Amino acid sequence: MGRNPVTWLGSPTFPRAAHTALGDTQLRTNLRKATTTIRAKRAEAVAELPDWERLRKAGQTIKDDVLAHLDTYLVRLEEAVTARGGVVHWARDAEEANRIVLDLVRAKGVDEVVKVKSMVTAEIGLNPYLEAAGVRPVETDLAELIVQLGNDRPSHILVPAIHRNRAEIREIFARGMSEVPSSDDPRELAEAARKHLRRKFLSAKVAISGANFAVAETGSIVVVESEGNGRMCLTLPETLITVMGIEKLVPTWRDLEVFLQLLPRSSTAERMNPYTSVWSGVTPGDGPDEFHLVLLDNGRTAALADEVGRQALRCIRCSACLNVCPVYERTGGQAYGSVYPGPIGAILTPQLVGDMGDEQAASLPYASSLCGACYEVCPVRIDIPEVLTHLRAQAVRARSKRNPEALAMAGAAWMFRDPQRYETAQRIGALARFFTGGDGRIKRLPWPGSKWTDSRDVPEVPRESFRAWWRRHRG
Amino acid sequence: MALFATCLTDTLYPDTAKAVVRLLERLGCEVDFPLGQTCCGQMHYNTGYHDEAAPLARRYAEVFDGYDYVVAPSGSCVGMVREFHPGLCGTSPAVERTYELSEFIVDILGVTDVGAYFPHRVTYHPTCHSLRLLGVGDKPLRLLREVKGLQLVELPQAEQCCGFGGTFALKNAETSTAMLADKMRCVQDTGAQVLTAGDNSCLMHIGGGLSRLRTGVRSVHLAEILASTEEQPWVATP
Repeated sequence: MGRNPVTWLGSPTFPRAAHTALGDTQLRTNLRKATTTIRAKRAEAVAELPDWERLRKAGQTIKDDVLAHLDTYLVRLEEAVTARGGVVHWARDAEEANRIVLDLVRAKGVDEVVKVKSMVTAEIGLNPYLEAAGVRPVETDLAELIVQLGNDRPSHILVPAIHRNRAEIREIFARGMSEVPSSDDPRELAEAARKHLRRKFLSAKVAISGANFAVAETGSIVVVESEGNGRMCLTLPETLITVMGIEKLVPTWRDLEVFLQLLPRSSTAERMNPYTSVWSGVTPGDGPDEFHLVLLDNGRTAALADEVGRQALRCIRCSACLNVCPVYERTGGQAYGSVYPGPIGAILTPQLVGDMGDEQAASLPYASSLCGACYEVCPVRIDIPEVLTHLRAQAVRARSKRNPEALAMAGAAWMFRDPQRYETAQRIGALARFFTGGDGRIKRLPWPGSKWTDSRDVPEVPRESFRAWWRRHRG
Repeated sequence: MALFATCLTDTLYPDTAKAVVRLLERLGCEVDFPLGQTCCGQMHYNTGYHDEAAPLARRYAEVFDGYDYVVAPSGSCVGMVREFHPGLCGTSPAVERTYELSEFIVDILGVTDVGAYFPHRVTYHPTCHSLRLLGVGDKPLRLLREVKGLQLVELPQAEQCCGFGGTFALKNAETSTAMLADKMRCVQDTGAQVLTAGDNSCLMHIGGGLSRLRTGVRSVHLAEILASTEEQPWVATP
């Protein structure tokens, strides 16, 4: 585990990680296929609803209200969960949350637990923590299982194994399962996973889940999924431990209605997700007889204090922003160095890390061309470009003012502040013509201009700027 | 009205600014170019240097104060002015009266046929900031459709970013280049002779790539196409 558990230990800065990913043609083909398909489907699913924009605004409003009154709603949730026989635990950071979970597992005396796919337990590195303590966590979500068996890292919020194709998945299954799938036919692969998982479900005593939503008024926890394996985890074992980020709340059941429309259309382009499981505390004779809820902060309160950045906490993890992001499409999710990739990862991860002096975290807000496609599709209207430039300003403030970039920026600003200085700079630029080929394009510039001319020509600076022309003709 | 040429166009693409003047004067406008103008501060703002961008935003408000309209041939710089200048130094009359060229012609002048002539096969790239930050919609296309002799061909995946993104093109040069490669492939698939857009920054990026590959496809700013007439046609610079 690294300095901070939010990003993966040893992750390089984004440009360096992207360098590796960009050279992987298989990865780029897999990603282009997957994102192009889901993009088109999402657009269709969203177009079906005439009130989509109103739904987005409703989603934004509800989440903003939750964030503004988080303390009140959390206490309400705790009271409701407790009243229904659940136990609530509070965890300031990853270390506390992991320890709470491990203690609960140890108290049950088991060495294997089943897991529903959960972003937050990946955020805190629960799996390696449990493994180090001799407890085997078994991922039951198909894509998450592929990542786990492949000893790999997730690369997408919704489809963690999006970077893998069928042939690669068969290889991974062949190595990690007792029964080897006979071909890479999706049916065969799914059947192999099913048999493998069924054995785990039937023997597990403890399950660990995340939460998509928690309803404060009734203390109900909601998990939405497509495969049904989540429901197996939530109903079969005797003990259920849910780890949840404190921002996952909605005030009432009525509010849930909005998100159960926004989420599936944005994420899987479905009108409704196949499985929506809801549980409120424990019910004797039905499902787990012990329920623990771990409420995790891990940098969220700090993010909440940032007026611009806090909108990232509205995120419902639908992954629509990843699927439309031109940067994500070329680099894949692992380049972002954490379980939260793509545009939302670029704004959420640095906030959870909470240290812009961390080079990798500080590189993430720059992993965007600010094209704005992410904001356009976000179901809760997170203005991701706004947060990106806001976090870039924090990254700039955290750096020394004497680095080459800051000096160049200060120099340019000094020049632009005065029209005379600006015009002098233009004339000097035009003089540079003497050093170039004179065919109207420049093919090579010294560093850092070489970063441009490695792949693009630059137009020569014309003999006369527009303002010089204007002065001559109209001035 | 005042022309805000933008620093990039003023310095590297003077022909675009001259075209804007010619075009707007042909449409009956009285065009001034206040020499106190420099840059909108977008490069600084987007890279995180907000303290450096603020004085540039203030300068903009001062220089363009008192004009009925300010028009710029850049969706990106107009987006910067309208969306982010108020946050840096408060709103001002200049900010409220700033328009992108196609917006100004269609919405304010109420014209779509500007009497242009451009006998070439052309494809149009809707730059991200024109499209999403400003929402100029199909205004540039409506203007292009009325141009005599112009054969407009649709650009596949037009709404995908070209990969420029200001300093993104340097900070993440390899990712930027990968995005550019796909954009160039789409441009070449159209068989167009000319690629146009409302932003010289994106055109510098895509055009720089097309030039490096010796594709022969030229990048020409929308203003230059609209300014071109039978009497005074656009001439390709070498």
